[in-house]
Amino acid sequence: MMILGTSSGWSKLKENRHQRLQRAAQLAQGKVVPADNVVALLEAVIEPYDRVCIEGDNQKHADYLSRCLTQVAVERIHDLHIVQSNIALSNHLDIFEKGIARRLDFCYSGEQGARMARLVGEGKIDVGAIHTYLELYGRYFMDLTPRVCFVAADSADPDGNIYTGPNTEDTPPIVESTAFKNGIVIAQVNDIADRVPRVDVPAGWVDYVVKSPKPYYIEPIFTRDPAQISDIQVLMAMMVIKGIYAEYGVNRLNHGIGFDTAAIELLLPTYAADLGLKGKICQYMMVNPCPTLIPAIESGFIKSIHSAGSELGMEKYVAARPDVFFDGPDGSMRSNRTFCQLGGHYADLFIGSTLQIDVDGNTSTATLDRIAGFGGAPNFGSDSRGRRHSSHAWLKAGREASHGSTKMPRGRKLVVQMVETFREHMQPTFVDKLDAWQLKDDFKMELPPVMVYGEDLTHIVTEEGIANLLLCRNDLEREQAIRGVAGFTQVGLARSHRAVENLRHRGIIRRAEDLGIDKRKANRGMLAARSIKDLVLWSGGLYEPPKRFRNW
Amino acid sequence: MNLAEWRTRESFYEATARRRITGVLDQNSFQEILGPADRITSPHLEELGFPVSFDDGVVIGSGLLNGNNVMIAAQESGFMGGSVGEVHGAKMTGLLQSALATKTTAVLLLLDTGGVRLHEANAGLVAISEIQRAAFRLREAGIPILVLIGGNNGCYGGMGIFARCCDHVIMSEEGRLSLAGPEVIETAGGVEEFDSRDRALVWRTMGGKHRFLLGEADRLVIDDIRAFRAAAIELMQKPEPLTLESMLQEHRRLAERLEAYGDCKDALEIWKRMGIPGSDSIPIMDNEAFHAAIKPYVASKETQEKKCHER
Amino acid sequence: MIEQLKFDFPGHPSPVQPARGNACIGVVNSGNLEVLIESAALGGRCEVDVKTSANGFKSTWAAVLEDFFARNRFADIKISINDYGATPAIVSLRLDQAAAEIMEKEMR
Repeated sequence: MMILGTSSGWSKLKENRHQRLQRAAQLAQGKVVPADNVVALLEAVIEPYDRVCIEGDNQKHADYLSRCLTQVAVERIHDLHIVQSNIALSNHLDIFEKGIARRLDFCYSGEQGARMARLVGEGKIDVGAIHTYLELYGRYFMDLTPRVCFVAADSADPDGNIYTGPNTEDTPPIVESTAFKNGIVIAQVNDIADRVPRVDVPAGWVDYVVKSPKPYYIEPIFTRDPAQISDIQVLMAMMVIKGIYAEYGVNRLNHGIGFDTAAIELLLPTYAADLGLKGKICQYMMVNPCPTLIPAIESGFIKSIHSAGSELGMEKYVAARPDVFFDGPDGSMRSNRTFCQLGGHYADLFIGSTLQIDVDGNTSTATLDRIAGFGGAPNFGSDSRGRRHSSHAWLKAGREASHGSTKMPRGRKLVVQMVETFREHMQPTFVDKLDAWQLKDDFKMELPPVMVYGEDLTHIVTEEGIANLLLCRNDLEREQAIRGVAGFTQVGLARSHRAVENLRHRGIIRRAEDLGIDKRKANRGMLAARSIKDLVLWSGGLYEPPKRFRNW
Repeated sequence: MNLAEWRTRESFYEATARRRITGVLDQNSFQEILGPADRITSPHLEELGFPVSFDDGVVIGSGLLNGNNVMIAAQESGFMGGSVGEVHGAKMTGLLQSALATKTTAVLLLLDTGGVRLHEANAGLVAISEIQRAAFRLREAGIPILVLIGGNNGCYGGMGIFARCCDHVIMSEEGRLSLAGPEVIETAGGVEEFDSRDRALVWRTMGGKHRFLLGEADRLVIDDIRAFRAAAIELMQKPEPLTLESMLQEHRRLAERLEAYGDCKDALEIWKRMGIPGSDSIPIMDNEAFHAAIKPYVASKETQEKKCHER
Repeated sequence: MIEQLKFDFPGHPSPVQPARGNACIGVVNSGNLEVLIESAALGGRCEVDVKTSANGFKSTWAAVLEDFFARNRFADIKISINDYGATPAIVSLRLDQAAAEIMEKEMR
């Protein structure tokens, strides 16, 4: 019989955790650590080769903690394995430059993409993999569990109960995975108060709380000024509403952020209402509280919105609309990127923009010289093959894809890419070969970084019309359908006019005229709001745009 | 937000020059002079390798306003910042001269401009002075000139001076009226003097609401072509006298205004001193709320002149 | 540098004939263009005169214009364009708007 003693080897993580906490004992009063002690704290509780999760979300960042990490002695803390959803601040990469960190698993790097590429090229960063959000959060519970995590929150009480408020974002999977595998949870907060408005993370999961010298950094990335929406974007939005939303009865969806989707949102109270679509489309949205949604909400179009994060300036408006947003008993919203992505994955439609599309319908936002990643777009922009519940839109799309076959019927998620055929400086959106292939070679990736795969793509919308790929019976038809909306790009000019006419005849390609849309009415006059000020008026003064968006 | 009412509005700010004209005038009454088909384009821009516009960025012609003969010009916001070049300026001068010759009822000038077209240098400067001279001749003859400002460029530079030489100025809050532009002030005086990127500061210094409160603009209307039209119809019957006496009166009014507010550092201080309650919220008030709030306190040109006269 | 391009198109055999006159659509700001469309005595043909700030796109212009004349039954029409770097999408849109405008004048 085996005798299980205390050093049986089954509690190594727990014992190690205690050692770390012991080393830091003098640096904290209970759980509260003075800001000046943080560098010493990190040197005490982190060990070389640790897997550390830094809360660099899509919007909020534990920027004080990540800055302190750049100041630890590299002799003591080195070769860390960073797991992090967004690499956004320069200090996120400074730790690699200094050798404090070595390996990286992440999702998105946007602004830091060029520097990331350089550091990878220099061998300073060893990239494990580039993930989508849901994949990375899932791996926190499998093989990428953090040993130590840094999170950002609004406030904490002295016991360590934490309030993450409207900007909860990625915090739940980070703290749960860390806390329940004997890891160390460190939170930077804007404020330490006697009581928190609500407990988003219970004190029992939290080891240290630091009041940072400045509030945590947060980016307003979901605000689109209606003044910048063009007539062409209005035209495309009209096509989407009439040719897709109305056609399939899309009630549950996600909008990828962009001016194109902002145009759709601002046409709901006008164009969509004129078509009698209120109550028939867009009632449930998985999306951040974009200011451009205000008119549609106020007009009664939207029943419910769950958000991955908040948006600067929208806090009061969101709190004043608890029937629509996920507001807690305390009155403030709680966002949750994991659940928003999850709900969105199983929704009926995703629509968003992209930078390049090839003739097979593979799309990519990868650009040469930058390692940018995916964020959460592929979680939305893919067929949900694990889905089993039916909806009208899902079944209709599935029928269109089956072409009358007698094999096992299934539904299909509507995955839509909405683009103009040319971008700025006459760069074509439609290309024969995605830049992603070059990137794969340059950075020795296993696969080219594709955002939406052609197999998942169901519709392409350009200023030239809508291509319904579901109705295409074979690859040749698909190719011509794509060329048929690729405008005057080389890809578009290489179309077979006969094939395209045939596709148009069968309703696979539909131009604005075929949808009964008068191009002359497709202009900004159709928008329910044409400026940020209009959005403020729509909100009854509740929306408070950040200074950069205001002329008052 | 009253959506039904909102949808009947047509934004003056967003409209092209031609659409502003046809929207302000009586329907189907506009007849364009020297239109695009005449192709009188800028020789200077061509020489510099810039794209030209067939009408050099200003639309001129005649039409009816509430049944009365008027002549009208509108600068195209998007072309070269609405700036005045040689051809552009000559068209406006010619329009004013034609208005005098035909004894039209009024002239409407829809200004949307940064001022002189620097690319054309002296030709642009001279053009503005010629516009000015022609305008004074019109005023001497008692033909009112109404200036409508509500576009993206505002009305700056030499054309800002010119606007205040006309009988009446009608503005929306989106419009701006001043002499030097925000960037120029910042370059000359430093960012502490004027932060051109502080858009709230720019609008409360040069925007329609403040101009109206100071008595520079006679009417503050909503951003709707119909509202501009209505204000123009009202004011077209009211030429302002251009006499020595009226000039002296204006100078007295300005001297008093300078004494009352000259030491204020910001429009917010001026509004407080005017005694307007809740004045900090002026920038966000909608048009109706604004007029209601300021009514008892407004220093419109009319009331200011009355006060001066009474002294 | 302004590039000047000229295109010649055979007119449509049975054209919709707009009234004598012209229409002008668009503004010459960055990313935009001005389209002047006029009735002209061209022996049944159509002419297009393009002045553009974006050099080297002659074949793209040719394709866009060919498509435009295929969609519209015009003859004796002259189109003059001042372009400041508009994408083909905007060029097509303005051409269509100009065509619609001049046809409306025919109906008045």
